[in-house]
Amino acid sequence: MFIKILAFAAGLVVASAALAQPTQLEVNNTWAGATPGKAENGAAYVTITSPTADRLVSASSPVAKKAELHSMSMQGMVMKMRPITGLDIPAGQPVTLKPGGEHIMLMGLNQPLHEGQSFPLTLDFEKAGPRTVTVTVEKAGARGPGPAAAKH
Amino acid sequence: MARTSTTAQSSNPPPRGSPRFLLVAAILAGLVILGTGAFLALALRDNPRGAAGTVLASAIGGPFQLVDQNGKTVTDADLKGKWSLIYFGYTHCPDACPTALNDISIALSELGPKRDAVRPVFITVDPERDTPESLKAYVTSFDAPILALTGTAEQVAQAAKGYRVYYAKHPEAGGDYSMDHSSVIYVMDPEGRFTASFTHESAPEQISERLKKLIG
Repeated sequence: MFIKILAFAAGLVVASAALAQPTQLEVNNTWAGATPGKAENGAAYVTITSPTADRLVSASSPVAKKAELHSMSMQGMVMKMRPITGLDIPAGQPVTLKPGGEHIMLMGLNQPLHEGQSFPLTLDFEKAGPRTVTVTVEKAGARGPGPAAAKH
Repeated sequence: MARTSTTAQSSNPPPRGSPRFLLVAAILAGLVILGTGAFLALALRDNPRGAAGTVLASAIGGPFQLVDQNGKTVTDADLKGKWSLIYFGYTHCPDACPTALNDISIALSELGPKRDAVRPVFITVDPERDTPESLKAYVTSFDAPILALTGTAEQVAQAAKGYRVYYAKHPEAGGDYSMDHSSVIYVMDPEGRFTASFTHESAPEQISERLKKLIG
């Protein structure tokens, strides 16, 4: 019995260590804003954590004709959106895509994105390769993921 | 006697026109300008309807003629009688515009009975793609009743000029384009005078608190 408890405790320690420091690239908090009306473009956001340096180089999703990596920047009061060729993921540092920063632009949506639905999104990394995640659609104009997206 | 006079002279300020006098004068003038700027900034921050607010009131806003999501002509005169929250954007904008309109919707929902005193207005900077029909579908997705306006390229340009809004088409691969645009929420009073502004950094709670104070 004592041995069993000891083994269980050891297991817990290993599990918590693994949680704190992922052994491979992870994509979490995957969400997108619902698209108002017939808007043809949407934006998806994720948090990427990798134990080793990597680079997000492209994205794709069956819900849109194409997906591009974009950055938003404020120059004075002027909002500018530009495609970027990739996004560096430093070792051990989470990179969070969010409104007002970088996003994955879904261009030419086949259908509007409705709050509560979910869809697959594939991210291609230079080293880790492709990762397909499920994106949860939040309210249009939401500033962050809801509880459903945070669980992924 | 002569000695006293010499002492007095040496402690006097240098004569006008001397390099030292000019330096001191320049520093003093600089301080006055900085002080005035700081005063105006503080006055604007704490009391947008005060003296400094009046100066700006004439600088932002102005006459326009546009068409709303139901095809009805709307001019600046039609906005009078209510407080207006005016945001310039475009429907192909995936990030800043929905965030601003959702922030406005949340802020209004926190106003309680005062929400009817405020009219959110979305003016497109992309009249080429944003027809009254597409604007109608777009704004009905938000909780607040938003007046959405478009027009000819010239009409939109005139409205944007009045509100000191910058916008420019940025071509992208495949013939698509995005719009660079000023991202500011303007608060206009029921007389059509500029009163306050919010940026993407303003949380909905900040917007609603400010509006509560302004509406009174």
